[in-house]
Amino acid sequence: MKVKKLLLDPVFNNNPIGLQILGICSALAVTSKLETAIVMALSVTLVTAFSNMAVSMVRNHVASSIRILVEMTIIASLVIIADQIIKAFAFDISKQLSVYVGLIITNCIVMGRAEAFALKNPPIPSFLDGIGNGLGYSFVLIVMAFIRELLGAGKLLGYQILPVYTEGGWYVPNGLFVLAPSAFFLIGFFIWIVRTFKPEQVEED
Amino acid sequence: MFEYYLSLFIKSIFVENMALAFFLGMCSFLAISKRVEAAFGLGIAVIVVQAITVPVNNLIYTAIIKKGALTWAGLPDVDLTFLGLISYIGVIAAMVQILEMLLDRFFPKLYNSLGIFLPLITVNCIVLAGSLFMVERNYTFAESAVFGVGSGTGFALALIALAGVREKMRYSNVPAGLRGLGITFITVGLMAIAFMLFSGIQL
Repeated sequence: MKVKKLLLDPVFNNNPIGLQILGICSALAVTSKLETAIVMALSVTLVTAFSNMAVSMVRNHVASSIRILVEMTIIASLVIIADQIIKAFAFDISKQLSVYVGLIITNCIVMGRAEAFALKNPPIPSFLDGIGNGLGYSFVLIVMAFIRELLGAGKLLGYQILPVYTEGGWYVPNGLFVLAPSAFFLIGFFIWIVRTFKPEQVEED
Repeated sequence: MFEYYLSLFIKSIFVENMALAFFLGMCSFLAISKRVEAAFGLGIAVIVVQAITVPVNNLIYTAIIKKGALTWAGLPDVDLTFLGLISYIGVIAAMVQILEMLLDRFFPKLYNSLGIFLPLITVNCIVLAGSLFMVERNYTFAESAVFGVGSGTGFALALIALAGVREKMRYSNVPAGLRGLGITFITVGLMAIAFMLFSGIQL
């Protein structure tokens, strides 16, 4: 029961992007194609999970004054591993992701969960919390990439789904969806939808 | 020569705006943009930190990390590029710390007004991204200095503009589900469209 809660809570009830305002930078930048979004989602999930576990393991041996330094080192090492793996096995995608893989280091989800959860809990729940928050992040990322690639280019994962009019089909691609602003609008509407169904998340200001 | 640097500067402020074209530094961009004053403080801090860290990381990259950079030490075959990320973040953390101490000692007034924002900058994506873009685009030392100042200024500009819009928005009646974060995203989207006007400008 507790495992299920740790894994599923961050996906719907406490989404890192929709509610905790964590990790938005990369969420917007890599979602113009489904393929890059999936690779990014996977790397963030794994980095969050393992950094949470590592931070939780050393949590009783590190003085709180240097904990940020320790966390940064752990996270940076994990991101370097992820970066090298992507470069080795998916070089084209690593070119498209450009600096954003490196920016997982400063992705607030990783740091935020290490600070908020891993410092107070044992390794196994921390690991699951990392996976859960990674899934919440992945969920938003993949939904957005799906909409943006489908409407922006008529493709999914590079395969033509909607026949484009330049190649004799009927669909006129909406160029706005591949550009930056559409990401902001989509995430705004995503938050609106979530908060319509979960009114307790509405902010009063 | 001067024209080239001017065009790089303008480009890094408007066309390649860190916040609105590359979505960087979003977390603080959204969190600190509720009041113009606070936005101004963070903006200044980001410009200063960018102006220092990008050129310093450029020196470290060309002198130590780049492939073949250690030739002066008699190690022409060593390629340390995989250590890039960890050394940039180290430099950034150290620079922010030093800057904090210097400001505290010599400009206490500025230090007090920046307050919490200085340490926060360490984990701001745009500072790390500045260094990573510098490496990816092979900037020289002079170029990286211009790029650092320009990208910081661009971020500050966008941040202050958004804070101005949000201050006014307090008087509007926003649909319940959009209140706070949702409407801010849509505002930022509209601002990003406005900034897209600059794309393609050649100086």
